[in-house]
Amino acid sequence: MTETLALAPEEAVHNPDPRRKLVEVRGLKMYFPIYSGLLRRHSGDVKAVDDVSFDIYEGETLGVVGESGCGKSTCGRAVLRLYDITAGSIRIDGVDIGRMSQTALRRMRPRMQMVFQDPMASLNPRMTVAGIIGEPLDEHTDWSKKRKLDRIYELMDAVGLNRNFANRYPHAFSGGQRQRIGIARALALNPKFIICDEPIAALDVSIQAQVVNLLEELQERFGLTYMFISHDLSMVRHIATRVAVMYLGKIVELAPREALYSTPLHPYTEALLSAVPEPDPSIEAKVERIVLTGDVPSPANPPKGCNFCTRCPKVMDICRTVDPDFREVSPGRFVACHLLTGAPAQPIQTAGATGGTRSEHNQRGEDA
Amino acid sequence: MPDGASPILDVRDLRTVFRTRGGNIHAVNSVSFDLYPGELLGVVGESGSGKSVTMMSLIRLLPMPPAEIGGGSAMFGGRDLLRVPEAELRRLRGRDIGFVFQDPMTSLNPVFTVGFQIMEPLRKHMKMDKAAARTRAVELLNLVGIPDAERRLKDFPHQFSGGMRQRVMIAIALACDPKVLIADEPTTALDVTIQAQILELVKELRQKLGMAIIWITHDLGVIAGIADRVMVMYGGQIVEHGPVREVFARPAHPYTRALLRTVPSVRGVRAPKLEVIEGQPPMLSQHPTACPFRRRCGHAFARCEAENPRRYDVGAGHDAACFWNFATGGPRDD
Repeated sequence: MTETLALAPEEAVHNPDPRRKLVEVRGLKMYFPIYSGLLRRHSGDVKAVDDVSFDIYEGETLGVVGESGCGKSTCGRAVLRLYDITAGSIRIDGVDIGRMSQTALRRMRPRMQMVFQDPMASLNPRMTVAGIIGEPLDEHTDWSKKRKLDRIYELMDAVGLNRNFANRYPHAFSGGQRQRIGIARALALNPKFIICDEPIAALDVSIQAQVVNLLEELQERFGLTYMFISHDLSMVRHIATRVAVMYLGKIVELAPREALYSTPLHPYTEALLSAVPEPDPSIEAKVERIVLTGDVPSPANPPKGCNFCTRCPKVMDICRTVDPDFREVSPGRFVACHLLTGAPAQPIQTAGATGGTRSEHNQRGEDA
Repeated sequence: MPDGASPILDVRDLRTVFRTRGGNIHAVNSVSFDLYPGELLGVVGESGSGKSVTMMSLIRLLPMPPAEIGGGSAMFGGRDLLRVPEAELRRLRGRDIGFVFQDPMTSLNPVFTVGFQIMEPLRKHMKMDKAAARTRAVELLNLVGIPDAERRLKDFPHQFSGGMRQRVMIAIALACDPKVLIADEPTTALDVTIQAQILELVKELRQKLGMAIIWITHDLGVIAGIADRVMVMYGGQIVEHGPVREVFARPAHPYTRALLRTVPSVRGVRAPKLEVIEGQPPMLSQHPTACPFRRRCGHAFARCEAENPRRYDVGAGHDAACFWNFATGGPRDD
């Protein structure tokens, strides 16, 4: 149908240009309305994604991390326009899809695909594997049966599924294999951009590594660009080129992987990283934990000022009144925090130490 | 773990089989372990490794049929848990043995207040009157760090957040001062920052109350942080067991070794490629006659096909069910 699809699979490799922005998101908002009272009046909004801006460069993996309810999945779905967004613009491959109609979007779909979290819920139990992987081809191409089947076999080889299983149903596969089916389906139309929404969360640790390695191999082979949404900070450290940390509908920090994990700038990133348990008892005993108190506030009623001010160990007066801007504080590093953006006198290094300045002070205080 | 103390729980040769229409599933195969007063025993394994079923078999919380406990014993305070009459078991559950389950939403009853659910075991097991139970419930909620406890007794489970609900579950489990607490993936459904809160709480409670805890998880990081001893399960068997530092420093079973390598970390050096354990966990359709890990193992040789390895002692209270001796770099002789 479209010329991109007519390409034979060998020619289909994209040559990614790492300086070119494939995805540009500006001021993305996704509010879900709340209706209450007898007359079901619009009484408020759940601000699932609230003014988020980021870019994804060709061939890279942008990791999006955060706790449940922070809006990372909603953000991913909104970027693919699985929702009608409240505000903002989304440019994918030079085309603004923020306000595009669903009919026009359909023509864009082959370029952008998604892998979902729960491989059982996202595969139709009444379709065979060949049917599932081939469905995008039925929808978007006018290929002959033979050609489609060849493509299905090729995809099954690419994701490491045995061709002989093409006529089986999803229930006959294990979790890791089901996720491979989901990945093959996403690859069917030879997309440039894939959003992976918690693709490994439902899998066992030994299977997670298999799927992550597969995603990396495919990225190299087909020149794919990923947005990798996960709550698993250690996996994201492994797969992502750059990482965005979300909290209560906003990106609080976005930085290259190494910089983010070695010197987190935002107090939330710092606390989040320190909370990850270490699979080594000798290191584990030395990790200085910043244990946050309390829970995440409701996105329907976020606090005034900075969203993190209710739990932040370094909270200042200004945080409770003024929402900090999301700004570039050093090349490639974006942070929304008054500690870094508000007062330029504050040296950046204070928040840089891995243990966190505050807990170190406490430690010394106890020793004295 | 004090030397010479007798174990509070001693499980020998436990077997559990599920008899289903699709055939039998041998979920627990000859599992033996003990638990000493005041220690925290970590149990790690993937889903289907039999870690939950083992603990559920002990307190007979499995639906029977299809489950069937095929043999073994579980001595607890001079009685065999697998053979005591149902009525007596009911008295033990909740009073002497407390549990915390994975999902705090499905394990709390949505139509009763949290206060009622905490007071229920107190009134049933401890024969407390309403006022005494209420005082104790407030005390328990304070203990697990729920602010404004007095007022929150009247709240329903849905009015609590995930982390708070898990605290309520812990409060219920602790209500009657159990000697053993079984926690089945208690932090898996929670976010890392909330998990860190719960882990801190458990460390603190252990110091205060001194009960023995069995902590089931698939997260090696959690085990490294809180356990005294660790038991690694695979294919319904214990494949490695030992003091936590020993096992992490000198893993003696290929599965544990592979598992420790495949888990990425947020600290230290980032590996360019993740190590993978190829293949799938075994189907447990019959009682094992060979090593369950042999198909995924890099060290497997002829004997692993023919015989299921027993647990070999590798020193310092550490044992592993493997015919390969990592200390000598060759197969074992016996």
